[in-house]
Amino acid sequence: MDIIVCIKRVPQTAEAEVSIDSTGKSIQKDRLTFDMNESDTYALEEAVLLKEKFEGNITVLSLGYPDTDDTLRIALAKGADNAIRIKAENFENPDAFQTAQILKSVIKTINFDIILTGCIATDDAYSQIGVTLAELLEIPHAALVIKVDANEQRTHVHRELEEGLIEHLDIKLPALLTILTGINEPRYASLIAIRRAAKKEIQQLGKENIELEDLVINSVIEELYVPPVTKQVEILTGSPSETATKLAGIVKEKGLI
Amino acid sequence: MTELFVLIEHRKGEIRDISFELLTCAKKIAEKENLNVTALLLGSKTDQIIDKIKNYAHKIYLFDDPVFENFNSEIYQKNLSDIIKKESPLLTLIGHTAFGMDLCPALATELNIPFSTDCLNLTFEDKKLKVTRQMFDGKLNTHEILRENPSYIITIRAGSFPAVEGNFNAEIVKLSPKETTEPEYRKFVEYIEAAIGDVDITKSDVVIGIGRGIREQENLEMIEELAASIGGVVGCSRPIVDADWLPKDRQVGSSGKIVKPKLYIAIGISGAFQHVMGMKNSDTIIAINKDPNAPIFNEADYGIVDDLMKVVPILKEKILEMK
Repeated sequence: MDIIVCIKRVPQTAEAEVSIDSTGKSIQKDRLTFDMNESDTYALEEAVLLKEKFEGNITVLSLGYPDTDDTLRIALAKGADNAIRIKAENFENPDAFQTAQILKSVIKTINFDIILTGCIATDDAYSQIGVTLAELLEIPHAALVIKVDANEQRTHVHRELEEGLIEHLDIKLPALLTILTGINEPRYASLIAIRRAAKKEIQQLGKENIELEDLVINSVIEELYVPPVTKQVEILTGSPSETATKLAGIVKEKGLI
Repeated sequence: MTELFVLIEHRKGEIRDISFELLTCAKKIAEKENLNVTALLLGSKTDQIIDKIKNYAHKIYLFDDPVFENFNSEIYQKNLSDIIKKESPLLTLIGHTAFGMDLCPALATELNIPFSTDCLNLTFEDKKLKVTRQMFDGKLNTHEILRENPSYIITIRAGSFPAVEGNFNAEIVKLSPKETTEPEYRKFVEYIEAAIGDVDITKSDVVIGIGRGIREQENLEMIEELAASIGGVVGCSRPIVDADWLPKDRQVGSSGKIVKPKLYIAIGISGAFQHVMGMKNSDTIIAINKDPNAPIFNEADYGIVDDLMKVVPILKEKILEMK
């Protein structure tokens, strides 16, 4: 079973302070760490699990700048066989749609049974690329997948809906699945594997190496701004002891203890 | 008159709240842009749903067939692309839900219509569609301009437009579906209900919600002790369930449980909207987080900006003292 995993290197912002840069359209990146997008790590692990079951080949693919090679190398260390970087520096601020178009142009030259992507990128948060890519490739898809049970021809999948409800589908391969966090336990790459991956070649594709169709941009960022305050929070100040005392007082005042 | 389409979402025969929110959003835009609000209802045995939405739209396009009873994005896409092609509405609104995320990008791509997803608001400015979205874990907002086109498709985040009933009396137009056979390449099998666990967090007056910020599984004990001191239960955001530190039935959020306790204490939770959807209607919300710009402070009544490892143990002691 041949599998393609599309990944993205993103700034890790969940636990970090984020500030807008001088262009007003992007963020200051110098103090942030970058890593593989969270749900992509689960997509990669699911690919490795499928490979362990069916054998085959895993290709990881990313549209990114040269530092994306580090992320692709981690993917190789975790079990991917080939890595391809499409040079982001050859394209001018592609949006999610154009990214899907570029990925499609490369993927149509590769054999595959399943394409896995993360269900959302934590930076731009569109949840578009996987399903768009499936439509461009004219293959079936399922978004928000929390369980994959495949054979060579078809796959049963569970999609996670609201309030914990699961939708069980039966899909014909080749197909594209967008993977949710929590579907598996992503492995860590061993030191030996990382060392071995350091020597592997990462295929670099420039614009001139890809047979592109007419590229389209659907949306352009006009500005970034701090979300307006919708509810006035009262921030308790002081040492941990002081703030905790104030908070306990509020809890008592409300009659909850 | 130019049309504004709204896709009605339902599950197991029940209309979903997002449908009313989309219709409310549609009315607001329709008044400003002089559009006709048309609800698209693909369903089976739809009388009840029609009753509930008829005051919200000028018109209901009804596609009635048993195949629409359960959602299948493929069959929805075939019928929606046909009607959108025929009528070219200025705008089609879909919920940014598990249903909309599976459908919208494919539908818009097939039709070659510019689209955007997870929008909080939208306006037309000089014929250009401008949308408001969030990026970087909800820490920043963006304004984005879409490629100019006679028709757009947008998915709207749940909770962005609180439902307000309209005073329309929709004309119901029955249309014959273009496609009513489920394709063999994607078949709906069944719905599977969430497993019922030992603790029902929706029944507790106090819920302590924990997130990524607690860092280590061993820190859970400290949180359990705090919950015990106050007589509450421990819930969590998605990353804690992903890491298997707590079972799925403790997850607070749109894909987990919706809780409305008297007190919700969010500890080490940044406040992704999926989580906020599950706790924003709590009577009192307290947030403890080291990032002063964490979106959770936008939902909280009281906040402490500090290291939770320092605050939580003292908080437990103080609560026990005051009891």
